[in-house]
Amino acid sequence: MLSGELTAAGAAAFAAGVRKRLPTHRGHLILDLTGLTAIDSAGTATLVDVWRIGKSRGFATELVGIQPAVQAELEQFRVTVELPPPAAIPGFFESLGASAWQAVTALGQFTVLAADVTIGGIQSLFIPRRMRWATYFREASLMGSQAFGIVGLITFLIGLTLAFQSAYQLRQFGAAIYVASLTAISMVREMGPLITAILVAGRSGSSITSEVATMKVGEEIDAMQVMGIPFVDFVAVPKVLAMVTMVPLLTMLADLLGILGGWIVGMVYLDIAPKPYLQKTIDALVTKDLVTGLFKSVVFAWGIALIGLYHGIGVRGGAQEVGKATTASVVSAIFFIIVADSVFSIIFYVVMA
Amino acid sequence: MSAPQPVLQVRKMIVRYGAKTILNGVDMTVNQGEIRVILGGSGSGKSTLLKGILGLTDVAGGEVTLLGQKMRGLGEKPLGALMQRIGVLFQNGALFGSLTVGENVALPMREHRRLPEGAIAELVRMKLAQVDLSHAENLYPSELSGGMRKRAGLARALALDPEVLFCDEPSAGLDPLTSAELDSLILSLRDHLKMTVVIVTHELASIEAIADSLLMVGGGKVIAEGPMQEVRSRGIVAVDEFFARKTKSMERQDTSVAELFGLKPAERGA
Repeated sequence: MLSGELTAAGAAAFAAGVRKRLPTHRGHLILDLTGLTAIDSAGTATLVDVWRIGKSRGFATELVGIQPAVQAELEQFRVTVELPPPAAIPGFFESLGASAWQAVTALGQFTVLAADVTIGGIQSLFIPRRMRWATYFREASLMGSQAFGIVGLITFLIGLTLAFQSAYQLRQFGAAIYVASLTAISMVREMGPLITAILVAGRSGSSITSEVATMKVGEEIDAMQVMGIPFVDFVAVPKVLAMVTMVPLLTMLADLLGILGGWIVGMVYLDIAPKPYLQKTIDALVTKDLVTGLFKSVVFAWGIALIGLYHGIGVRGGAQEVGKATTASVVSAIFFIIVADSVFSIIFYVVMA
Repeated sequence: MSAPQPVLQVRKMIVRYGAKTILNGVDMTVNQGEIRVILGGSGSGKSTLLKGILGLTDVAGGEVTLLGQKMRGLGEKPLGALMQRIGVLFQNGALFGSLTVGENVALPMREHRRLPEGAIAELVRMKLAQVDLSHAENLYPSELSGGMRKRAGLARALALDPEVLFCDEPSAGLDPLTSAELDSLILSLRDHLKMTVVIVTHELASIEAIADSLLMVGGGKVIAEGPMQEVRSRGIVAVDEFFARKTKSMERQDTSVAELFGLKPAERGA
């Protein structure tokens, strides 16, 4: 027997009370609502909950003595009788298989994109009419100007740090002058290309992803397809070529400023005269150092641009996915750069030594 | 008058996303010069049908014949040539953000027509005047309102004088006045340029204003197809309810709480 009002305020207490007294076996439960003057959605839900418990335990629930106001409310609210099955939680092997399959498909899609864009890029170089030069120059100047300041500053500081760190050891043997060779070789072979690539991945790689993902979400890529304008020629190739030309240039800037950083440490902290320091730098560097460094930077650039494009066109759904894709793009690009750099180290130092 | 020529034929189109079947054997025939509205509730598969026709989604089965050419297995070049004979207005215009409105409209002309720049500039102005956007030629898409973006998208869709125009939800997100203007623009395109128009929409006012014929999809299947008046007079429950602006009781699976407890409906007016 219920009386008063069954609303959100009292529904919790009612639910707790009635649950304790529910029969645990087949039978018949009668709720007398004669004294109930009002009910709201929360109250109705507790009644439906009782009905569902009854359904699973095998007792029928009957309401008697319903007031017109309460009846009107009960007619108002609608519920689903047959609940949808809960979302299936895949087992360990199922999810393992699904992720493996996903990885294989992703690799396949990436390979197709990489092949399309690389072949398209090479063709564009030989068929200049196919190349969107205006887009290329816009992209290239944007990438260069975006990264110029930050790459210069960071690599200058890296050169400075490298010189300090090596001086700390070399001074003990009276070999402070070798700071020049050490800084120059590390900058040109390793730090210059690596740091530049990581900075460009964060700056321009992410912007490629967000731009392409926004185009995808806004159906611009679909629009290109129905207008017969190939995405590869119109968007992808100019971006990849811009990246592949600008990153080596930025790497050269990075090499120079890193060496400058070391030079300043040499002059100010190690009392090495400017001229001998520079002479030592020039003596230490061979063409191979510069060539391998720049070759690496071209490969890094190619990877950053393709990874950016891949994450961009893979976006499904709405605007919130654009942010996720951008983050994923930067993480995979940096991962790619470091793995590729390790592979190059093995090739250059072990295989080609 | 000669017998109507089919411009677009869809046979048994099947589209699946993962394990979910979105379209399960849809047939459609659109004749020359007609305005065909594809309608259905949200999730009925009407937008997927459009994407399937245009080749923007993977189709698991079926065949599309557009302007007399079977689209499946068509090589890159003939498909490109076929695509130049159609225009598509996407839901939000799908303008390229890095180009001005004028450059957006000029893009298909620059890509596919060997015209001097002066002629392209004139053509762009003509197309923009057609959609009443002459003043926006040098604005970027981000500077336009939703309705202007759609009109600019329409101008770009019309750039190559298409024989068939496809529109995806042209009225979505527009105020009734702008929506009505867009409708009359589409009507005049058909009347003056003899264009065939295929529109996906669920806007009743728009359907009643412009549709010659309907295709209603629901649950991945065709519920009804034919001339507007004929389909409406057939007494199909789903169609009648759609036009009576009612929710579809067919698809309802819920009951009132009163029915759940077996209560008899209360006597009204007591």
